[in-house]
Order: sequence, then structure tokens, then C-alpha cells
Amino acid sequence: MNETLLELQGLVKHFPIRGGVLIKRQVGSVHAVDEIDLTIGVGETVGLVGESGCGKSTTGRLAARLLEPTAGKILYGGRDIAHDSRRRLKPIRPEIQMIFQDPYSSLNPRHTVGTIISGPMEVNGIEPTGGRRKRVQELLEIVGLNPEHYNRFPHEFSGGQRQRIGIARALALNPKLIIADEPVSALDVSIQAQVVNLLQELQRDLGIAFLFIAHDLAIVRHFSQRVAVMYLGKIVEVGDRQSIYDRPRHPYTHALLSAVPEPDVDGEPRERIRLAGDVPSPINPPSGCRFRTRCWKAQDKCAAEVPPLVRLNGNREGHLTACHFPEAPTVQGDDVVLDPALA
Amino acid sequence: MTPITPFLSVQDLHVSFQTEDGIVKAVDGLSFDVEKGTTLGIVGESGSGKSVTNLAILGLHDPERTDIGGQVRLEGQELLGADRTTMERLRGNRIAMIFQDPLTALSPFHTVGRQIGEVYRKHKGASKREARERAIEMLERVGIPNAKVRVDEYPHMFSGGMRQRVMIAMALVCDPDLLIADEPTTALDVTVQAQILDLLKDLQQQTGTAIILITHDLGVVAQTAHNVLVMYAGRAVERGTMREVLGSPRHPYTWGLLSSVPRLGTSVDVPLRPVRGTPPSLINPPPGCPFHPRCDYPELAGPELCRTQRPEISPDAGHGDACYLTLRQKTDLRTVAHAAQTTQTTQTAQTAQTTHIKDRA
Ligand SMILES: Nc1ncnc2c1ncn2[C@@H]1O[C@H](COP(=O)(O)OP(=O)(O)OP(=O)(O)O)[C@@H](O)[C@H]1O
Ligand SMILES: Nc1ncnc2c1ncn2[C@@H]1O[C@H](COP(=O)(O)OP(=O)(O)O)[C@@H](O)[C@H]1O
Ligand code: SF4
Ligand code: SF4
Ligand SMILES: [Mg+2]
Ligand SMILES: [Mg+2]
Repeated sequence: MNETLLELQGLVKHFPIRGGVLIKRQVGSVHAVDEIDLTIGVGETVGLVGESGCGKSTTGRLAARLLEPTAGKILYGGRDIAHDSRRRLKPIRPEIQMIFQDPYSSLNPRHTVGTIISGPMEVNGIEPTGGRRKRVQELLEIVGLNPEHYNRFPHEFSGGQRQRIGIARALALNPKLIIADEPVSALDVSIQAQVVNLLQELQRDLGIAFLFIAHDLAIVRHFSQRVAVMYLGKIVEVGDRQSIYDRPRHPYTHALLSAVPEPDVDGEPRERIRLAGDVPSPINPPSGCRFRTRCWKAQDKCAAEVPPLVRLNGNREGHLTACHFPEAPTVQGDDVVLDPALA
Repeated sequence: MTPITPFLSVQDLHVSFQTEDGIVKAVDGLSFDVEKGTTLGIVGESGSGKSVTNLAILGLHDPERTDIGGQVRLEGQELLGADRTTMERLRGNRIAMIFQDPLTALSPFHTVGRQIGEVYRKHKGASKREARERAIEMLERVGIPNAKVRVDEYPHMFSGGMRQRVMIAMALVCDPDLLIADEPTTALDVTVQAQILDLLKDLQQQTGTAIILITHDLGVVAQTAHNVLVMYAGRAVERGTMREVLGSPRHPYTWGLLSSVPRLGTSVDVPLRPVRGTPPSLINPPPGCPFHPRCDYPELAGPELCRTQRPEISPDAGHGDACYLTLRQKTDLRTVAHAAQTTQTTQTAQTAQTTHIKDRA
């Protein structure tokens, strides 16, 4: 793998829930993210998938240090920034940028495109050679917008164009890592494809690393070199794209993949795994394996012991699965070493 | 024309809005039929007129600002221009609607039981008690566990998928003949989406409800719709059975929609092929074929024609499209346009073909 850019180690984020009538004391906490490990290499694209509420956005905001973790480490360029002060974070702020889901609400409607895109330069007191205006126009061109639209307002643009404005803003300071939180979910399919292609070009041409958060598994597969699957605050499976999509081992990964509706009319209708019920509350997650309330393979051990995220026998290197009774590897590749030393 | 009256028949529907910038022709001559027990999937980009069409069927446009023309007939009864009481009696009773965002459609101040029951009381004149019983029954039908308790809870106490079920329970409480579902699963996760789509299918099988399902997800269409209507700039550009439209699409815009979406089974090295550009202005739509500024084939079809004369979709039933290319050209081009998509069915497709159903329901 490439040199490590960002490493999350045992990262935890609990949000306190307060109750009581007069004195608000803490009555519990939302276990949004619970001891996750994840690495992003320089220039690498890592996809993060899972159902809503499983902690994807929280992970993204922790990685961007927009949130302070409850426990664990965030190593950026080798240094732990988990509890850094605003002042200490300042020099790395420009290097980690975010793109948000909603192209409507993430742009200030009263600001011109020029003001919006030069915002990060303003905040960080950066004066690019040639001036901010020239830089903004350059950025507009990179993302495929007309540089003459510098003085227009967000409402004059379509959803896809607004998302491009958000991307231009994220690019303004030459980031090393972009955290894209559902960047295409709000867009039409045709426009989605335009934006995904744009992000892919940026990744290739500028070598930017991406944490690509999405719930659309086909888009994540298309965009990401590595993929992590989250469930209720935990990473349940992670690996290179092929491992995750072609030989998933975790029952939840199987269920997710089989639920994707595909616009095909030929061929055998796929048999689908239908998960019953909803994701349990993160306030009181199930003991042991958090997926057990919806898992068709659950046994006593699943309630008693948290399955560790490890390389299983039959997994490729770097492909980790957290399950006591994993699915058999679906496809045997030449590079798959069956090693009895592995679980 | 079929001699029997279609269950729902929309003929030459026009909807336009007066705005400061001019007249927006949101729907511009749209016709389709929906039969009982079938689902019509309406697909198209944002702004293509899907929601406006359905609000017109429901009589929910503001008459002060909207011009509506054409016909909308439910079992022969004209709905356009029907008076308010007639429409109010139909809505929620014979015609029901599910919206994309259940939170905006459910009141935060009342229990879900009260909200479902209210619809039932209004239309069926049921007592409070009967309405509550009915609400519990409906919650059970849409698969909410512990319905007797949950009936007294407020919407915010439900997860997104459960709220959508509550919405469905509310929409179906009076056993409607026609259900209009506007992006009912767009805000949901795939696993929950799969549950909801199954639920709609089951309910349709039990009750024979006709469904209009608006979606931008072609996968959802493939899974649920019997017939498909592809809309572009307020008009139908292609129509046919689900197999016809998704299996042998004829209109370049439909090809574009299909080649923009990545599939689990396609090669990841092929870039997606989006439709170029953006949807047209509805105030000043392009002359000729409204799709021509984004189309790759005017040279083949006759550039003069494409740029000056609007192609019409054939009025007869069956697979139809609004494009000047010859059927022969469409067949050949489709093969090329699809080549990138259908090559290389990787192991992924097989992976998803699990051999046993793992159902705990
Ligand atoms: N009340 C209104 N006043 C003016 N224009 C309107 C009004 N309602 C809708 N429109 C316009 O009519 C066109 C069609 O809108 P519609 O809501 O039907 O699109 P849609 O196909 O449902 O799109 P989406 O996929 O985004 O829901 C759009 O250009 C929209 O801006
Ligand atoms: N500021 C917050 N305060 C309390 N709970 C929060 C906060 N932000 C997120 N959560 C909760 O944490 C969990 C994970 O949320 P999130 O990371 O947004 O999920 P995702 O992005 O995967 O949908 C959810 O249960 C959510 O309600
Ligand atoms: S650990 Fe048990 S409950 Fe969890 S996924 Fe594996 S088999 Fe299912
Ligand atoms: S009529 Fe002409 S412009 Fe319109 S879709 Fe067909 S080829 Fe393209
Ligand atoms: Mg999120
Ligand atoms: Mg709509």
C-alpha cells in the first residue's frame, strides 16, 4: 500500500444524551462510532458504506477533525491530532477538506460563487499567486463550470452544478484528503455520473486521497480502491474492492450487496437476502456482535463475544472481517492462501 | 385504442406555471394509462415533470398560479376541474399518495395511530375506537412489530424506514384504488428499500391497487414496475413494458440514463457515460427535439429535423418513443451504447446470486 496519510486507531465517538427536567444530566449516550480502525493511504480512495445512522458521517467528521473523538487516535502524517487545539490544527486544516451531501443547503444562498469558493482562502489567510479571483476562475474551470459565473448566486445553478461549486471550494487549498460525505446522493443519475467522473479525474490528476462515504454500493465500487462496511458504529468488514464485492465474508456485506436493485431484465432473477427489521438503536447496541439481531447465522457466541476484525482463513491480505461464523469465501482466487494459522 | 375504459387515463396533460421569469411548461402534452393491479414506473431527471404530473392527478396544484389542460379520468370520471369537495373525497380514500420524505408528511404533534385513524374516520365515518383498531391493523400489515404499543408513539420515535411504513399504512388505510408513490424509497437504505418495495408488491397483490411509482432509480423500476414511462422536459420520450424499455430501450435519453449508472457487475475501468449537459429550460425549451442539445445522434437522424421539428411519441399502445432515428438505427446504436455496460460480467454478479434465501422475517 502507499504511504499512510491518515490512520484512525480505536476511534470512539459517543454523543451524550441529556435528560432531567431542571438539571440536565447525562442519561446515556449514542454510540455513534465505537472503536474503529481505518487507514487511508496517500492518493488512495477508500469507500465507507453502511445504512443510515451507522456512523459514516461521524467517522468522516472525526477524520476531518470537525469533531473531537471520545477516545482513540487520529494519526495524520504520523502525528496524533485527536485532541489538538484549534491553533495546532490550523496548519493542517487546508489539507483535509469536506464535500457534503446536500448541494442546496451546503452553500450560502446570499454569497456569490466567487465568495463561496474563495471562502477557505479567506479563512486561512491564503493569497494565491495571481490573486484569489484568478484562482477561483481556475477552479471553476477544473470542475467544468463557466469561469464567467464568478458573480452568480447558488440558486442560479442546478443541483449538479452546485455540487461542482462545493467541489471547487474543497479544491481551493490543494487538499491532500477530501472527505466526501454522500457527494452524489442528492443528484440525478445522469448528473451523478458526471460528478463521479469528475471526482475520479481529480483523484487521478491531482493525487488527492478520498474518503468516499455513500450508501450506493455500485457507486462506491466504481470509485473506491478499498472499501469499509460499517454497521452500528463498527467496521464489520474492510478490504480491497475486489475482496469486498467478489468475496465478501460478513453476512451483512452479503445482505447489502444482494439488496441492490439492478436495472437488468435478462438473466436469472437474483435471490435476495431480506433482512428483517431495522438497525437497532445506537444508544443501547446489542451485546457481542451488533448485527446479531438481524443475522440469520447468529448463535449464542454472537451475543457473548464481540467478533474481532481480523483476517480470516481464505481472506486476502488486508481483507478483514468481524464475524464468528463467516460466509464461505465465494470465489477462490490464485492469490488466496488458505492458511490454517489464520482463524 | 382499447375498447374498455382504462382505469386511469391521462390524455394530453398540460401543466404550466406563471413565474416572474415567464411561463414554465412543466408538463407539455403527456398521455398514459394505468390499469388496476399494475405499476407504472415514471422515470426522468429532476425537473422533468414527474411530481407536477401527479399533483395534477391529485388536484393539488394552486389554481391561481397554475394552468392545467387535458384529461385525467379515473374509471371514466373526469378529475381535472372537478370541484374541491369531490377531490377531497377522492384523496386519501380512492387515491392515496406517499411522499419521499415521511417527516414532512407526518405531523410531529400527533401519534401515528391518531394520524392514520384520522384519515379513516374522515373518509369512512368510523368511530375513534374503530379508527384506532384499524390503525393497529394497518401498522401490523406494513410489518411494524409490536403495533399495539407503537400506535401511541410519535413519528420522531420511529426510524426512517419505519416512518415510511407508517406513511404507507396511512396511504393504504382506506384501501385506495390508486396509489401514487413519489420517490418512496429514495431516502432509505438499500436493505430497507428492499423491504418497502416487497411490501408494496405484496399489498398490490392482495388488493389490486394501481400504483404510479415515481423514481429516478432504474433498478427500482426493474424490480417493481410492469410498465415504464420515461419523461424528459415535461413529455414522454419512451413508453412500454418494463422489459421493453429496460431490455431494448429505443430513445437516446433512455440509453443515457442506463449508461450513467454503475452496476455491481460491470467493469470498474470503464468510466461512466453520463448524459452530457443539463436539463433544458422549461421556459424556453429548445426547438425541435427537446433532447437535441444533449443528443449524440442528430447527424444520423437528420440534424435539420431534430433541430426544428418536435418528434411525437406514437399514440398507440405498446412500445413507443419520440425520436427520428429509424428502428434499425436504434437497434444498432443501442448495441454500441450498451457494449461498455454489458461486457465483463464479473464474479460480483455471481456472488450476489446466493443460493439460499436467508429470511428471518
Ligand atoms: N409551483 C411551481 N411554480 C413554478 N414552477 C414549478 C412549480 N412546481 C414545479 N415547477 C417546475 O416544474 C418543473 C417540473 O417539476 P417537477 O416537480 O414535476 O419535477 P420532478 O420531475 O418531480 O423532479 P424531481 O425528480 O426533482 O422531483 C420544474 O422545472 C419545476 O421547477
Ligand atoms: N451531534 C450529535 N448528537 C447526538 N447524536 C448524534 C450526533 N451526530 C450523530 N449522532 C448519532 O450518531 C449516529 C451515527 O450518525 P451518523 O454518523 O450521522 O450516521 P450516518 O452518516 O452513517 O448516517 C446516529 O445514531 C446519529 O443519530
Ligand atoms: S458474529 Fe454472529 S451474529 Fe455477527 S455476523 Fe457473524 S454470525 Fe452473524
Ligand atoms: S430526435 Fe434527434 S435529437 Fe431527438 S433523440 Fe432522436 S436523434 Fe436525438
Ligand atoms: Mg450521513
Ligand atoms: Mg419530484
